[in-house]
Amino acid sequence: MDYGRSKSVRIPLALKILVAGGFGVGKTTLVGAVSEIMPLQTEEQLTHASVAIDDVSGVEGKVTTTVAMDFGRITLTDDLVLYLFGTPGQDRFWFLWEELALGALGAVVMADTRRLPDCFPSVDYFERSGTPFLVAVNCFFGEQRHSPQKVREALDLDPDVPVVLFDARNRQDGKRVLVSLVEHIRDRGSRRRAAAPA
Amino acid sequence: MWDSEPRPRGGDFEPRPRGGDHDWLDEDAGPVVRPYTMTGGRVRPVNGGLNLLAYVVARHRPDADLIHYQPEHRRILLLTREPLSVAEVAARLDLAVGVVRVLIDDLMQVGLVSSYETEAAGRPPDNDVLQAVIDGLRSL
Repeated sequence: MDYGRSKSVRIPLALKILVAGGFGVGKTTLVGAVSEIMPLQTEEQLTHASVAIDDVSGVEGKVTTTVAMDFGRITLTDDLVLYLFGTPGQDRFWFLWEELALGALGAVVMADTRRLPDCFPSVDYFERSGTPFLVAVNCFFGEQRHSPQKVREALDLDPDVPVVLFDARNRQDGKRVLVSLVEHIRDRGSRRRAAAPA
Repeated sequence: MWDSEPRPRGGDFEPRPRGGDHDWLDEDAGPVVRPYTMTGGRVRPVNGGLNLLAYVVARHRPDADLIHYQPEHRRILLLTREPLSVAEVAARLDLAVGVVRVLIDDLMQVGLVSSYETEAAGRPPDNDVLQAVIDGLRSL
């Protein structure tokens, strides 16, 4: 069988944005709203996160558990593709998979004001890893219980971290959140360069 | 008005489980599986692992004898006639990423696929790229 290709290979630049937040906050909804493909799911074993069971030797005895995550894709140009990775549903495990955050452009931390503490671990994680992020408050069914300022105070965010309200089901809203995040990343980089000694 | 206290700075976030008591293996953790039967027990690719967003492309090898390869290898070759990311290959095969990495590596060893890593992890793209992302998102 001929699996070959005759034309030259053109590999796009692929960038990754994470979508984090508590269980049921609407991460997959956001990924699906902005992705050009149906959200795909892939799994990874936690053995890769150095939690392999050390007292069992040999591959045949190695047990592991899987974390599943949804992702979507947005082709921006022929040369530029954006991937959105929703962090796994088993929230207490997702940060075990270091690769997810490695090389990520930034992150959207989704928050539900009815269950705000659900997003604390994500905020903690990105603060600690230095990954740029914004907080996107999912206003379920148009419900807006708190202002961005109140959310900012409750999360004790650094002043430059954007807080936006949006509806995860709405494609335009989702795009707006992603634009806000990338603008934040751009401006943050510019500020850092300006602050760095010559 | 909040149902809870504000977030404590530097919360009790613990990135790795401690000790060997395996308390992360419970009902919520999903099924405990032995996932690498498909790779003959190999858990790591020979040449380290490809990034999730590395692209894989099948190479033109009309002379290749695929008789000794598994159906999954052949499906990878079919899928990657156009460049496809490792994550997408895994999702379309419905296999764990770790398994797919080993299978892709098998094919790389004999020159049936090439891989292209994305930009160096940890190095943020320059402003031109970021601006292109912003413009691209806005024009969707």
